Amino acid sequence: MTPSPLVEISGLCKWYDDFSALHDINLRVAEGEKVVICGPSGSGKSTLIRCINQLEAHQLGTIRVAGQEVRPGMKGIEAIRREVGMVFQGFNLFPHKTVLDNLTLGPIRNRGMDRSAARKLAMDYLAKVRIAEQADKYPPQLSGGQQQRVAIARALCMQPRMMLFDEPTSALDPEMIAGVLDVMEGLARDGMTMIVVTHEMGFARRVADRVVFMDEGEIVETAPPEQFFNAPRTDRAKLFLGQLLAH
Amino acid sequence: MTRRAPPPLPRRRLTVLDMALFGLVAAAVVFVAWRVNSVLVYNWDWSRVLGFVARVDDDTGQWVSNLLLQGLFTTIRLAFWGTILAAIIGLVMGYWRTCDTLALRIISRAYVELIRNIPPLVFIFIFYFFISSQLFPALGLDSIDRDSPWVDNVFFRFAFGEPALFTNFLSGLICLALFEAAYITEIVRAGIQSIDRGQWEAGRAIGLSRGNLLRDIIFPQAVRKILPPLAGQFITLIKDSAIISLISVQELTFLATEVAATTGKTFETWILVAGMYFAICYLFAFVFARLERRAGRARR
Repeated sequence: MTPSPLVEISGLCKWYDDFSALHDINLRVAEGEKVVICGPSGSGKSTLIRCINQLEAHQLGTIRVAGQEVRPGMKGIEAIRREVGMVFQGFNLFPHKTVLDNLTLGPIRNRGMDRSAARKLAMDYLAKVRIAEQADKYPPQLSGGQQQRVAIARALCMQPRMMLFDEPTSALDPEMIAGVLDVMEGLARDGMTMIVVTHEMGFARRVADRVVFMDEGEIVETAPPEQFFNAPRTDRAKLFLGQLLAH
Repeated sequence: MTRRAPPPLPRRRLTVLDMALFGLVAAAVVFVAWRVNSVLVYNWDWSRVLGFVARVDDDTGQWVSNLLLQGLFTTIRLAFWGTILAAIIGLVMGYWRTCDTLALRIISRAYVELIRNIPPLVFIFIFYFFISSQLFPALGLDSIDRDSPWVDNVFFRFAFGEPALFTNFLSGLICLALFEAAYITEIVRAGIQSIDRGQWEAGRAIGLSRGNLLRDIIFPQAVRKILPPLAGQFITLIKDSAIISLISVQELTFLATEVAATTGKTFETWILVAGMYFAICYLFAFVFARLERRAGRARR
């Protein structure tokens, strides 16, 4: 018997007014699997992963997370969101709270954890992203790379079953990118289920089990990274990779 | 190689131009004073007006506050309770302006538009009629027992003034708060909407409920941003409290009108009253500026 996938998306469609943002998306992600989603900008990559924790509402199709269906406007979405960590392109840390308070807020409010246990948990994760010494600072005092590592630790503090990354390195200066990717690779080695929207093709080669290529709101090609990068089957993927390499 | 220390910045000092400007202003003041003195033939007499600030009680021989000081206290009470009430109404309405429920958005929008497009005076006449002649009797507030220990005690007098004037005070207070809260509503709305969408999304992504998200993430950041315009609106509230003298709330402006009429000393009365308003408003602005600086420091 094959275990049921952690995320199961079938027939997913989404429109913004009459613009079709996602069309008939089918995707299954098993526990422990690492999936990289790539494609040109505006192809619906971010929209897709934002539907999984319902930051965006979809109109058609079904999304299941750990067997439970996720519906727009549903009650109890918080219970699903705590199993699905998310890291944003723009970090989105809470600037009025210290780094430590950024991390403990979710566990205290959502998981009902007591303050001291939450602080201990938070310090563990800050150590894991190698930033424990910044615990009492405010986010605007940190560099972009440090902020993104804090954001990863904040998501991990919810002890989620999977992590979504929405272009986590796109807003970073080049010298900051490696530190963030290192943390993500460490997470992958620890067996975390990950869906990563990124243009970092080196990361995709090293970490991904599968690469999903999207264009114009559709999944055009799905393949293991070696196959996708060395021998893309579709013209659209070839064009995309050609532009990426020429750059 | 060590870097050189920067040269000291030039100190700010008054230039000839500044002096000339001061001279012009002083000349204008002197000219007005001369006109008042020579053309108006006005007989200045501060003593009668000052007698209405405080006087010696004939029976006890002690100093007691007289009309103007009593009016000042009522105005301070109005300012204090009005600020709190207007802030609460403005916060709720401001949140409603931004929330997902269409009915709440329509209600709050209608409230803001209604009040902003009616002159304050007209609004106050209309609402005074409804509140004091309809609402208070309906609530039984016009027939509260003035001698009950709940009302006739030193704390009540300190907080709300004379029990006999309580319904009068309350109707003025509600009018004032309802009026000013419409402007606070818009300030709060702008503050909430100025918070980056990413903050909402990050809060949702870690599984915060809507209430927690507002309380922990959105409101604290919004309040910091709106402190300056909020302070301005609270000061406007204090100044606008003069309007409710027209519905016979016995605050500073109402009693000053009586004092001016009794003594005939119009200038002295109103200059004194202006000084009192200035003192309250300036003090309030000073306190708020301190608060703002503290909020700013916490962020760094």
